[in-house]
Amino acid sequence: MVPLSYYLVLSGILFACGVAGFLIKRNIITIFMSIELMLNGVNLSFVAFAAHWHALAGQVFVFFVMVVAAAEAAVGLAIIIAVYRTRETLNVDQVNLLKL
Amino acid sequence: MINVHLVLFLAFGVIALAGAINLLAQTHPINSALSLIAVMAALAGEYLLLGAEFVAAVQVIVYAGAIMVLFVFVIMLLNAGVEEHTRGSRVAVLFGIPGMLLGSLLVAWVVLRHSGTEAVAAGALPGAPKTIGPLLFHEFLLPFEITSILILIAIMGAVVLASKPPTAPPPIPGSAAIPGPRKVN
Amino acid sequence: MPIWIYILASVIKSAVVLLVLLTAVAYTVWLERKVVGHIQNRWGPTRVGPFGLLQPVADGLKFLFKEDLTAPHVYKPLYIAAPLIAVVFALTSIAVIPFGNPITIAGYSIPLQVTTDVNTGLLLILGVTSIGVYGVALAGWSSNNKYSLLGGLRASAQMVSYEISLGLSLVGVLIMAGSFNLREIVDAQAGHFLGFIPRWNVFPQFIGFFCYIMAAYAETNRIPFDLPEAETELVAGYHTEYSAMKFAMFFMAEYANMITVACLATLLFFGGWHGPLFGPPILQAILPVFWFAAKVFVFLFLYIWVRGTLPRFRYDQLMAFGWKFLLPLSLVNLIGTAIAVAW
Repeated sequence: MVPLSYYLVLSGILFACGVAGFLIKRNIITIFMSIELMLNGVNLSFVAFAAHWHALAGQVFVFFVMVVAAAEAAVGLAIIIAVYRTRETLNVDQVNLLKL
Repeated sequence: MINVHLVLFLAFGVIALAGAINLLAQTHPINSALSLIAVMAALAGEYLLLGAEFVAAVQVIVYAGAIMVLFVFVIMLLNAGVEEHTRGSRVAVLFGIPGMLLGSLLVAWVVLRHSGTEAVAAGALPGAPKTIGPLLFHEFLLPFEITSILILIAIMGAVVLASKPPTAPPPIPGSAAIPGPRKVN
Repeated sequence: MPIWIYILASVIKSAVVLLVLLTAVAYTVWLERKVVGHIQNRWGPTRVGPFGLLQPVADGLKFLFKEDLTAPHVYKPLYIAAPLIAVVFALTSIAVIPFGNPITIAGYSIPLQVTTDVNTGLLLILGVTSIGVYGVALAGWSSNNKYSLLGGLRASAQMVSYEISLGLSLVGVLIMAGSFNLREIVDAQAGHFLGFIPRWNVFPQFIGFFCYIMAAYAETNRIPFDLPEAETELVAGYHTEYSAMKFAMFFMAEYANMITVACLATLLFFGGWHGPLFGPPILQAILPVFWFAAKVFVFLFLYIWVRGTLPRFRYDQLMAFGWKFLLPLSLVNLIGTAIAVAW
């Protein structure tokens, strides 16, 4: 038996790591991975709550989160490729102009 | 009697945490990507502990097996190198790190105090495909169909964004009037 | 059953399956060289042992004693980890495959498969094999060599593309069996249509089977889809920089994956261990495993036959085939099966 709060703390820490990565990382791809980490942290709390309240809907939400993550990854990576093609860099600090 | 469930939870949790911290610590994106895969695999283990076997399988197949392969693919394609460091602000170091520690301790204390001993039993809720399926296709049918449209739009958007723009040959100064073979540069 | 018997049975089963699998890998290599040799009107290995049967042993010794070269420009941690990832996940996926009815020893029923009967066995295999692509991709990237990098890029793009068709081609079988459990899928195929045709899924699901075989060939990087290691373009693709035992690990991973694919095809489409049973009880106990092995052998032979017969695709042809032909075809099969079952 593991208290629900343990799962929530773990998920919170993962989410916080994702936020920290989003803020301190300078590579677009790594920033993007931090977003995925945040989504994963949220998923964990969804599944933990599903087990806690005996509501399977919590697990179904995880599928929707995964679908959104997949769509986001596809579009986001396409944007990264487009940015790299025009700027020749992956450093967000150098992508600071609205036009070339 | 050792609490097997707790031991497994801690083992997977430590792997997940180590992966998450390693993601922040590594400077090369491919190392970050690999640590994120470790996080995802460990989370799949946590889902199994919670009885969500289908979610765990989909987590490995979709997240670790498809989305992260895409990330690795893009890192390889763009030949992303080691991250350049910019000077962080001193205020962030002075106040940010202690503030973050304080905040997370506070949150952890509140969460641990208020939900106390309510336990999550191992396999409390069998999330087998047979029980997930009806829920997904009856009660959540509309969101399901909407996400399929979302995916379709995302695919089209990705294709449009990533495909090369139609390359109109750049006007070469002074050569517009000259007929003949186009210069290759 | 007591826990120690359970553990003992698991250890013995793991050891036996690993031993059989590694031997099968070694002798599939021998079989391939022999059969391709005969297809090309040569003899294949003949020198070591009768019919060259000891050739795998000699090759293994050679791999062990060769110098393990590491090029100076590689990214070492991943360069070393990549072959390990490839071989570990290739060998893991065999764990959930059942290869016979449960046998009863001293009153305890022991399932003939390394793990216990997993409910989502098929999903587990798909998950493990989808992780395996990192071995190839990371090998290509960490070698820091343009041929390797191209091989790794091709491998990851190819595997992601064909995984969709692979998954969709299996859904037809899943709809018919109504379960992810490999044992239940196999048992749904017992018996006969019209009294003499075996009730194998391949007859109602021949489109699904076609899609599965095509996608599986692409997933295992075999001819005609072996673009990641196309010798004529990329030297040796992702394993250009690898030598000695590290190279052997990639080789083992490839052949172990072939065997997994053959096992899955047998289980899902060809009735698993079901076949005619006759003779005394001891023979009846052994025959299911024999039928299973025989069907797997047929698929391995098919692999080699295809290798000896077909040329390699071009890369754009590979992608076009996967996305424009195989994916729609497996979708049509899925919809058709769903309608037929709902009827």
